[in-house]
Amino acid sequence: MNIIMCLCRNRFVLLILSVFVLLMGTFTQAQENYTKARQAMIKEIEADARITSFYINKKEFDPKVMAAMSKVPRHEFVPWQERLSAYANRPLPIGHGQTISQPYIVALMTDLLKPERQQKVLEVGTGSGYQAAILAELVAEVFTIEIIEPLGNQAKERLKQLNYRNVTVRIGDGYYGWEEQGPFDGIVVTAASSHIPPPLIQQLKPGGRMVIPVGSRFMVQQLVLVEKDAKGNVTTRQILPVRFVPLTGKH
Amino acid sequence: MMENKKPPPFYSIALLSASSLAYEVLLMRLFSIIQWHHFAYMIISLALLGYGASGTFLSLTAHRLLPRFPLAYLGNVAMFGLSAVGCYLIAQQVSFNPEEILWDPNQPLRLLLIYLVLTLPFFFVANGIGLALTHYRGEITRVYAADLLGASIGSLSIVLLLFLVYPATALQILGTLGFAAAALASWELKYQPRRIALVLILLSFTPLMLPAGWLALAISPYKGMNQSLQISGTRIIDEYSSPLGLISVMESSQIPLRHAPGLSLNASGEPPSQLGVFTDADAMTVITAHTDERDKLSYLDQVTSALPYHINKPEKILILGAGGGAEVLQANYHGAGHIDAVELNPQIIDLVREKYKDFAGGLYTAANVDVHIAEARGFVSGSAERYDLIQIALLDSFGASSAGLYSLSENYLYTVQALQEYLARLSPGGMLAISRWIKLPPRDTLKLFATAVEALRQSGIDESGNRLVLIRGWQTSTLLVKNSPFSEKEILGIKKFCEARSFDTAYYPGITAAETNRYNVLAEPYFFQGAQVLLSDEAATYLQNYKFNLQPASDDQPYFFHFFKWGALNEILALRGQGGMPLLEWGYLILIATLIQALIASVVLILLPLLLSRRLLNKKTKNISHSRISGYFIALGLAFLFIEIAFIQKFILFLHHPLYATAMVLASFLLFAGLGSAWSQRYANPQSDKNGVKGAVTGIISVGLLYLLALGPLFSMLNWLPIFMKVIISVLLIAPLAFCMGMPFPLGMARLGKAAPAFIPWVWGVNGCASVLSAVIATILAIHFGFTVVVISALMLYGMAMLVFNGGWGKE
Repeated sequence: MNIIMCLCRNRFVLLILSVFVLLMGTFTQAQENYTKARQAMIKEIEADARITSFYINKKEFDPKVMAAMSKVPRHEFVPWQERLSAYANRPLPIGHGQTISQPYIVALMTDLLKPERQQKVLEVGTGSGYQAAILAELVAEVFTIEIIEPLGNQAKERLKQLNYRNVTVRIGDGYYGWEEQGPFDGIVVTAASSHIPPPLIQQLKPGGRMVIPVGSRFMVQQLVLVEKDAKGNVTTRQILPVRFVPLTGKH
Repeated sequence: MMENKKPPPFYSIALLSASSLAYEVLLMRLFSIIQWHHFAYMIISLALLGYGASGTFLSLTAHRLLPRFPLAYLGNVAMFGLSAVGCYLIAQQVSFNPEEILWDPNQPLRLLLIYLVLTLPFFFVANGIGLALTHYRGEITRVYAADLLGASIGSLSIVLLLFLVYPATALQILGTLGFAAAALASWELKYQPRRIALVLILLSFTPLMLPAGWLALAISPYKGMNQSLQISGTRIIDEYSSPLGLISVMESSQIPLRHAPGLSLNASGEPPSQLGVFTDADAMTVITAHTDERDKLSYLDQVTSALPYHINKPEKILILGAGGGAEVLQANYHGAGHIDAVELNPQIIDLVREKYKDFAGGLYTAANVDVHIAEARGFVSGSAERYDLIQIALLDSFGASSAGLYSLSENYLYTVQALQEYLARLSPGGMLAISRWIKLPPRDTLKLFATAVEALRQSGIDESGNRLVLIRGWQTSTLLVKNSPFSEKEILGIKKFCEARSFDTAYYPGITAAETNRYNVLAEPYFFQGAQVLLSDEAATYLQNYKFNLQPASDDQPYFFHFFKWGALNEILALRGQGGMPLLEWGYLILIATLIQALIASVVLILLPLLLSRRLLNKKTKNISHSRISGYFIALGLAFLFIEIAFIQKFILFLHHPLYATAMVLASFLLFAGLGSAWSQRYANPQSDKNGVKGAVTGIISVGLLYLLALGPLFSMLNWLPIFMKVIISVLLIAPLAFCMGMPFPLGMARLGKAAPAFIPWVWGVNGCASVLSAVIATILAIHFGFTVVVISALMLYGMAMLVFNGGWGKE
């Protein structure tokens, strides 16, 4: 009896063990796959950046930005049913009519902000929290505001689990920025608005930069870069994400 | 065949045909609400291939179905009632998102599923009518007449119905009518057992009893209204529906809407509280709360469209596309004297004038404001007033505009002729101001500039350069066209206005490169460069080399929003990975995609019966030429709709209301074509059918040519008439043309009925396919060559059809 029991128990333990090992195997396998996919994504972004150099006046994105892109696990920021496409160079739906931006556009927007280690950045429109995570890798503090409550809570939870301690998520209206924490070195506005909220311009430090993607949820038509110079004068630069000259011929 | 055959179920056929035409219009309405207009167009075009599929199906099965005609007919008609409701409800549950179509392989499959499901209702209708045509082949002309007359009634009734009920209710009613058409047939055909009629009548109530939850419209989460509704505190407080659109009023109780597109970077204030008004769940306009604090409205002076108020003090103002009243408020803010505000949709006017009158502070009932329910162009051409300022608002939403969704829609607001009419209505020193969204690379703004240059040139003004001003922010641009040269002082005012708001001047008389591209910096000063070149001798080369189509639109080619050029397609597709997709002008590509899909499906549907059906290939018919028959019916199918579509557009310019003109012209064409078909019965014999077709085609060609030459001058001569007179004149003008157009098809069918009846279902399918292709090809032709060419092509096709008919069906 005992022996049988023992055997049984051993088998049971064995079974548990083997299932565990198997699961671990799949888990590490999956992690490896994601890492590989992420590396492929980085290659693609780098190739795209070379073609776009015309607009951003340099041949490649800031290596710091690319390092952040290759570190942040994008698949953690998409709904489970989209995980297989997480590293495809395209925007994905994340529910509530919102999207996680195309990786290339995220890299371009982050690069346009010229992030530095000691900086403070504000994001209006947290969404999945992916952009905030990328910024958190690059700057000292990220403050992010999401107007859609369930999305904001999800992002807050997610960023906490992934240990992004320098990101603060708030749920609410982003129109007035985050006065207590301002002014900011950089601001990203991904929430749709009919115009650039004046309070955000005010909360931009002299020398600061604000980036706004313009278009629909799935297609960014252009990026607007708002720059405030040392004297506080504000200008915008309108940037097409791609190298496309409207005229053929020599013009 | 059978002795003592009962008369055809004319009433049932007419009711079925009326319901199916109404259903087609309704589907367009429903899909414009839940999806976007251009995809609605593609989905419905392809669903109509159900007619072609029915022809194929009947070719193969008619010999089994015809002996049981009453049952087969009843069954198909009842199935229409069932599928009209059921298939829509299924199709709207397929979560299709057009914006992902080039990325996500699942999307095309979902789209295919939507087509296939929606094909069914049309398939059943076509089966019913096709069976009737085959069964009563001695009376084909009269059966076909019932079909056309029914369609005529349907085209008018659906417009009326959509005024009375919400689209979802209209869907239930059409389902009911489908079953009613079956019940009617069982009575007309004296179908035994009689209790079947009772069952059908009972069934006809089922669509009306569907739970409300099933009927709720599944609107795409990416449409503007659903995006806004994600924000807490927002809710729809009012809904109105008409064939012009579904109007939803949204309140945002926690977070203000703050709708102020194009606001200057230097602005400080924010707008007062606002209500959002959506049309078809998109294209938001706002009703702004009344406020006595002038400061709160200062944002109205911080947008590009405020420019004309800073040049001279316009007293008499015309606002086209007034919507919720933002531009009227802006004019009041700047101390306007009298304002005429024109808006097409009476339900939007009522919101501001009645329902939310207090909220809006009586904006539309103020003593200095006259609000007119009218189409903008029609109002201008019928007016004898002179204005100091004609302001054309930003009518479309940025999203729809930037994705190129309007490229298929005819638009008579921004044509060369339209601009000429506006200019003719200006007082001395008066100005026309048109604002547009900025797109990159520039499209609308530069095309509008080119249009203005052309309009001035055609009005006999050579020095157009000193009458134009173009300014831009990062979001919007405003073009001014003055009817006299701008003075030095005025130009100084313009510069001051722009400098204070960080807007850029892109063109004014005497501008230098250094004065452009300062605040909203582009890689190159595209707008300045474009404006300069468009005023120079190199304009033609520039238009040629530009990667988007900037050629001004005309009344004959009214496609202002058609920017697509084939030359740029490869380059744009290659840029897909870097977010190059917004450069694609979707509307046109969808049109082409529709054509390709319809063409492939049609070829399969037409050839399949020839390959599979022994009846079409047996001894009796081996001398019949397939190509001659299909040539005749394809030519007719193409030509009929070519003329119908082209004349709808010609009459819109006369009747000035896109909706009423379309319904009225369509109904008249179908009515008189139906009468023509009934009349053609007297020619339906081997001795005189050639003469019938010859007479009809001669009539079509001569009247068609006459109208091409005479309608334009006639319409401008009669433009002063009241609308009911115009309608009567239009009906009278359509009558002879449509009457003749109703004859060739039934005469061809009748001849076929004698020579080779097995071909009738096949020809019915050929006609169905040709009709789908026709609508698409007509639009493509109009975009590239204009509606005149569409009409001429139709006349040539009729001529060809006549030659084929004269030669007979036999092989040569």
